[in-house]
Amino acid sequence: MSYAAAPDPVAAFERARDAMRRARRSKEILFVVIFCAVFVLSAIVGEVSVGTFVEGLPGLFNYVSDTIPDIHGDDVVGGVREWFWAFPRWLGLLFDTIVIAFLGTLLGTIGALAFCFPGSRNLVTNRWLYFVVRRLTEIARAVPELVYALIFVFAFGLGPLPGVLAIMVHSSGALGKLFSEVNENIDIGPIEGVRAAGGNWFQIIRLAVIPQVLPNYLSYALLRFEINVRSAAVIGFVGAGGIGQELMFVIRQFVYTDISAIVLMIIATVSLIDMTCEKLRHQFIDEQRATP
Amino acid sequence: MSDTTAIGAMRLEEARRRWPDVFAVSLGHRVRVYGVWLALGAATVFSLWHTGFFDFARIATGVGKLGWLLGFMFPPAANGWFPDFCEGILETLGMAFFGTLFAALFALPFGFLGARNVVTSFLIHFSFRRSFDCLRGIDTLIWALIFVNVVGLGPFAGILAIIVSDMGTLAKLFAEAIENIDRKQVDGVRASGASEIEVVRFGILPQVIPVMLSQMLYQFESNTRSATILGIVGAGGIGLQLSDRIRVNNWDEACLIIIMILVTVSVIDHLSKLIRLRIIQAQEYRP
Repeated sequence: MSYAAAPDPVAAFERARDAMRRARRSKEILFVVIFCAVFVLSAIVGEVSVGTFVEGLPGLFNYVSDTIPDIHGDDVVGGVREWFWAFPRWLGLLFDTIVIAFLGTLLGTIGALAFCFPGSRNLVTNRWLYFVVRRLTEIARAVPELVYALIFVFAFGLGPLPGVLAIMVHSSGALGKLFSEVNENIDIGPIEGVRAAGGNWFQIIRLAVIPQVLPNYLSYALLRFEINVRSAAVIGFVGAGGIGQELMFVIRQFVYTDISAIVLMIIATVSLIDMTCEKLRHQFIDEQRATP
Repeated sequence: MSDTTAIGAMRLEEARRRWPDVFAVSLGHRVRVYGVWLALGAATVFSLWHTGFFDFARIATGVGKLGWLLGFMFPPAANGWFPDFCEGILETLGMAFFGTLFAALFALPFGFLGARNVVTSFLIHFSFRRSFDCLRGIDTLIWALIFVNVVGLGPFAGILAIIVSDMGTLAKLFAEAIENIDRKQVDGVRASGASEIEVVRFGILPQVIPVMLSQMLYQFESNTRSATILGIVGAGGIGLQLSDRIRVNNWDEACLIIIMILVTVSVIDHLSKLIRLRIIQAQEYRP
């Protein structure tokens, strides 16, 4: 057969494959070594010990089973009533939480509106202004809410006020960045139109930019509200109002059934607000699509 | 231009009479818009009052105090604590890394169980999805507080909190990634006579692993952020040092810690963005 004369294609393929594998192997070994080193290092600094965990595991199961209330089949209503014994007070605290999130989001949106126009590359000519505003937005965004809350609790005292301020500062940073990104993606046509008609900077923003970006702003603000309800629920851990303070108290005092009751109420509230906001967002998007 | 296209004053008047809706916003719409604004305004004023914004004396004292402590923040100083701060940052990163890794390991099987195209029984994948939602619905900080009670103070409690709350998030993301795969490869592997395990290994995993890796990296970024504050409830990391400094009025040290957190978070974000880009590129280059 004439095939014998030609080099064996299978052997050639195997050779090429081996060469490729060898080239990749050194990289893979390096990756595995780095990964193992990081793994061991983080296990050491994280004080991870299988012993502690195995010792703690029954404790965890006990903990979870302790939070399940003792409700008998013959008196379900009475059992639930006892489980949620402080329902009106917790409802009030949840209302506080939502108010904190609402006001924090609203004030944060206003702050973001102030940040976002000087922080968009296509709307400012002054490079310094752009740079400074962008860095400010970054700092506002990068520091966690809880850290702001700690600082504001120190300055303003306990209560919902520092919570609102903390959420406001963090949201204005987070939303400011998103708003600027929306601004940078707009159609330049209307801007040039308003400028050609003799509009000043504020008129350009009001008449050319805002109509294009407002639906996106609203949708982002609503999304932020959902996130902020979650943060407002835990911001009370440092004394900044809302349901968090009560939750911290019952966890620290081992009032087991209260823990599960409050956590369930938080989950219910959060998912209710998520659903409502999702509906509103879809409505905005539909309205935007409807207008030509 | 002829008179038929240009609108003269006469024709304008006529048009206004015939189609009033075009020229004026309808009453119903106007009432709705004003109503929304009025409701928003009322809610805002009530919230401001409810949270104590009208207590001007308190606001003034607070702002004064805020200015005072900002003054103390600069220049930031370590006062000899710098190695401890570095250790705290390292601990934070270690917690985030270990937590994300194990959350992903645990989430992997649950992701398969929650995917509609793997587990066909509606009841099973639905109940798995809802339990992920419950895990996700409880904030990491709440889990941390609970685990501090179970395993004691320290970073281990934080790691467990990250694992539990992230397991829900990652399992949901993994399940969605698995639901979005291309069916053809699965069918091809199955047609060549593979068992169920082999279908998962050769039909599903090669498609979803790059997506999962990039989601893990994203989650690692987010966990680095949350691990910085877990220390506030005693679950390890730099947060403990930060809250201590704030409680005892050491503002220059607190400021340095905040700056260190900012630097760490942005470095991690940058690194993870680079790696994610490489993963996506490697996926695209595959023939």
